[in-house]
Amino acid sequence: MKPKFGVVIFPGSNCDYDAYYVLKKIYGYEVNFLWHKETDLKNVDVVILPGGFSYGDYLRSGSIARFSPIMNSVIDFANKGGHVLGICNGFQILLEAGLLPGVLLKNNSLQFVSKDVYLTVENNDTVFTKENKNNEVLKVPIAHGEGNYFTDEDTLKSLIDNNQIVFKYCSPVGKVEEGFNPNGSLKNIAGIINKDGNVLGMMPHPERASDPVLGKTDGKLIFDSIGKYIFN
Amino acid sequence: MYKAKVLIKRRPSILDPQGKAVEKGAQHLGLNNIKDTRIGKFIEFTVDTTDKNSAEKEVKEYCAKLLANPIMEDFEFTLEEMK
Repeated sequence: MKPKFGVVIFPGSNCDYDAYYVLKKIYGYEVNFLWHKETDLKNVDVVILPGGFSYGDYLRSGSIARFSPIMNSVIDFANKGGHVLGICNGFQILLEAGLLPGVLLKNNSLQFVSKDVYLTVENNDTVFTKENKNNEVLKVPIAHGEGNYFTDEDTLKSLIDNNQIVFKYCSPVGKVEEGFNPNGSLKNIAGIINKDGNVLGMMPHPERASDPVLGKTDGKLIFDSIGKYIFN
Repeated sequence: MYKAKVLIKRRPSILDPQGKAVEKGAQHLGLNNIKDTRIGKFIEFTVDTTDKNSAEKEVKEYCAKLLANPIMEDFEFTLEEMK
């Protein structure tokens, strides 16, 4: 059985069609767009909160999107165990919604960073990463101005204790070092998952590294894993 | 009707790279005594009620749930009756 995907469109989303394209054209999954003013999730199995600049990133990234009607349904869905993947601005929205802990501050360089980065998969035992069996380093692009993950010490400890850090920025050979941290993120964190393992937020864009035409396909790991393990 | 003025400050424990960058500008201006620049937000709006308690309650909720993120920011506000 193939999972059904829903891609939420907020005013200012701009990676919604990238996600749709990969899921529909590369994988052949059924994909529905979910409009921010709606509340019906159309019986999807996975909700994607795409990248972009929802509501112009006004106030704080993700802070206004978090209160749009569709998000009440997404929060409900996630709390009942539904799978949610937040990419970039989607990650920021998940944090603002309280579905994941912490905040994303402005990059320490104050610059918008758009480039390929390398990621270690720190936790292979999630629905989103199980296909990374050989602990390979992933090459996936980032494009953000506010990706500097921060949280207090207690929360960081609980993230580590519960194995909730899923991706870290690293060197091309997988060394997690400050020099390969593109934004000042605490412990080089690039993506985290909730305790129940059904909500993943990440700054890098796997949907921009999933079509061979673009010359990189490491992002497929995530969509391969979801397709294979969501019902198992 | 009340006028609300909200001040949002970054928590002292959170670094403010923006403040630091702006302070570099102060140095370029030759203002060498400027230290510890930190950037926050100032927001003002009106609250359409005659009851000060309910105005206060509403402003507080607005601040706590939307205008400020308690993980990285503190807020304070004033309410002034509009004549």
